[in-house]
Amino acid sequence: MKRRDSLKAIALTAISSGVLLQSCDTDKKETVATPVKSSGIDRHPFEQVRDEKLLSEKFFDEHEMNTIKVLIDIIIPKDETSGSATDAGVHHFIEFIVKDMPRHQLPLRGGIKWLDVQCLKRYNKNFADCSSQNQLAIVDEIAYPSTAKPEMKQGVTFFNLLRDLTATGFFTSEIGLKDLGYTGNKPNQWDGVPQDVLDYYGLKYSDRELNETVKFTNS
Amino acid sequence: MPFQIKENSTVYDVCIVGSGAGGGMAAYVLSTAGLKVVVLEAGPWYDPAKNVTQLKWPWESLRRGAGTTFRPFGDFDAAYGGWEMEGEPYTKVPGTQFDWFRSRMLGGRTNHWGRISLRFGPKDFKGKSHDGLGEDWPIGYEDVAPYYDKVDDLIGVFGSKEGIPNEPDGKFLPPPKPRLHELIIKEGSKKQNIPVIPSRLSILTKKINDDRGACFYCAQCNRGCTVYGDFSSSSCLIKPATKTNNLDVIVNAMVREVLTDENGKATGVSYVAKDDLQEYQIKAKVVVLAASACESARLLLNSKSKAHPNGLANSSNVVGKYLHDSTGAAIGGVLPKLFGRKRYNEDGVGGMHVYTPWWLDNKKLDFPRGYHIEYWGGMGMPGYGFGFGIQGLNGRFPDRNGTQKTGGGYGIALKDDYRYFWGASVGMAGRGEAIALESNYCEIDPNGVVDKYGIPVLRFHYKWSDHEIKQAKHMQETFQELMHNMGAVITWGVAGPETNYGLETPGRIIHEVGTTRMGNDPKRSVVNKFNQAHDCKNLFVVDGGPFVSQADKNPTWTILALSWRASDYIIEQFKQQNI
Repeated sequence: MKRRDSLKAIALTAISSGVLLQSCDTDKKETVATPVKSSGIDRHPFEQVRDEKLLSEKFFDEHEMNTIKVLIDIIIPKDETSGSATDAGVHHFIEFIVKDMPRHQLPLRGGIKWLDVQCLKRYNKNFADCSSQNQLAIVDEIAYPSTAKPEMKQGVTFFNLLRDLTATGFFTSEIGLKDLGYTGNKPNQWDGVPQDVLDYYGLKYSDRELNETVKFTNS
Repeated sequence: MPFQIKENSTVYDVCIVGSGAGGGMAAYVLSTAGLKVVVLEAGPWYDPAKNVTQLKWPWESLRRGAGTTFRPFGDFDAAYGGWEMEGEPYTKVPGTQFDWFRSRMLGGRTNHWGRISLRFGPKDFKGKSHDGLGEDWPIGYEDVAPYYDKVDDLIGVFGSKEGIPNEPDGKFLPPPKPRLHELIIKEGSKKQNIPVIPSRLSILTKKINDDRGACFYCAQCNRGCTVYGDFSSSSCLIKPATKTNNLDVIVNAMVREVLTDENGKATGVSYVAKDDLQEYQIKAKVVVLAASACESARLLLNSKSKAHPNGLANSSNVVGKYLHDSTGAAIGGVLPKLFGRKRYNEDGVGGMHVYTPWWLDNKKLDFPRGYHIEYWGGMGMPGYGFGFGIQGLNGRFPDRNGTQKTGGGYGIALKDDYRYFWGASVGMAGRGEAIALESNYCEIDPNGVVDKYGIPVLRFHYKWSDHEIKQAKHMQETFQELMHNMGAVITWGVAGPETNYGLETPGRIIHEVGTTRMGNDPKRSVVNKFNQAHDCKNLFVVDGGPFVSQADKNPTWTILALSWRASDYIIEQFKQQNI
């Protein structure tokens, strides 16, 4: 995207959320997700007021947010296909969603505290300040619900929730949707399953399905 | 400022309360015939071409499409409303359950529904004659068929001609081809002799007029269509009706009661304007209620007068009774053969491309009436909830490299699992007919609860009977067998007797009908076979209230047909100067 185009895109979507700002000073393809500003979809005034109120509030303190950023990039790191959870702005999504769904607040806040206390006991540091080796050592103990030790149950519950929110936040972002290969959400003429896919699964449309279903003449 | 009631000097021919399927159709037919019509809608104006959520990306919603109390079916859903509305409570008799979904906006709940447009069949109007339960309708399929045809022509519905006796064919547009998982469902269904046929949805696979565009296959009908390629009352009925210059629409008008004169004849309605909280009155020669089955019953019960001491049109004491919603139960899982599937655009229309109509003979079953099956699955656009519970998948199935991992995890391998398992989910739900019982009802709350406008609220009393529970049990058994036959693995929804086999709470399917049922006997019904109140000749009810029984069909198409039929009758009564 050229600078002029990206500025235009920003102007057009000034009130929409999660605009991806292209780095303009260099030609690097790095993308930086900006904090969510507001919604770009039809809103009833009642919703508008509520959304703006939620956006004006802050739930996680700096330490909590730093911890979340470390954890979500452990859950979804950068790989050959796409960037990491923080590249996709998942931490902004998590900050918003706990205000929208207060039921997530205590499990996340308390979970971070639980994790920090575990790390203090073992390494005399908060989780975020631990070496990445030590961070992964404790994550290994809470990331596998079926084999985790009973005394790590609180960590498992916390990590399950954070993994869920990270996956949702990532794969509903622009980076994540592209990674996933979702190709819809655009006007098209849907003419059935591609032939190579039918062949792969050993399926075919019946004559009746071919004859009686909608036909596209200008495709 | 003195508190006073503001009277509009216009005397309309017809005042319609509500702008959903029933009200929209009445407004369209009556205004087109030249009558002066006013529609009162309790919510705001809505036009999906202007109030756009269609073709938006998940990140354009702050909550990635998650539901809120205002939009419980997701942040992109078109319907303003939900199970709970601020300042507008309803109550329940302890030990009974009913969830009431309301949508306050132009077009009402037609902005939300799945566009499933099924005709009732001949048996559906005569349930009692077949199994002795409930009541027969005073009309039959042959009375409604010409109106189903007219609705098909005016609004458009796709489907296929099947010749199934109790699933009458319509004047169909061509259906879309099945998606991949739908072909797999079809294959599986053959092993247990369950028919799977093209669905019947009011979505335009072909253009039918210059006011509406054809479907462009984004799968988002629930968001409202910017080109009006699907049916909603606001786009397809109210909007064209306003072009007649015979229709006024007053939005944000919460109707309080129907006004009557000393002879008991309706003279109009009173309403509170939500914008200024002032009281207004509208005068009309005919009043048509289309506020939804329960809201219309509430209005009638709240319209007490000397001539109608038990509430308007309620000398029978039947208003509010025989409330019934569809049964519903669902299960879902994954198709392991679709793991790691090739990507392509699989959106299609907004809803299933195939469904299963009721196929069995009740003489061989332990429950009356039937259900149809709805299906879903595939590579839908991700939204809030995507990837939840991955430990249940990657701990159960090997990953792309054939490695069976411990469930959960993190990192690059986990990231790939989300990709690998995406698009393999599949699910199915039954939607069945409940028996209308006098003991299931809504009434004015006897403890004096009012809403924020001071309008007495409804209290519900609803309990499923053994008929519905046995039906849900049959759904469970059928779905489990079908999932097995498709090669799917069930991951959720299996339920036993402790939860009534997953039978949904009454009201949850949002097909509630029956509260102002029609009949020939004024002592046992509220309206006659033309939706006209027995007790008040210039009062009509054209929503789901007059349904005697619900069938296993989604009610909208029948509401539309009966509203058109009632409107023709109203026009005829004007011509004959009977009203």
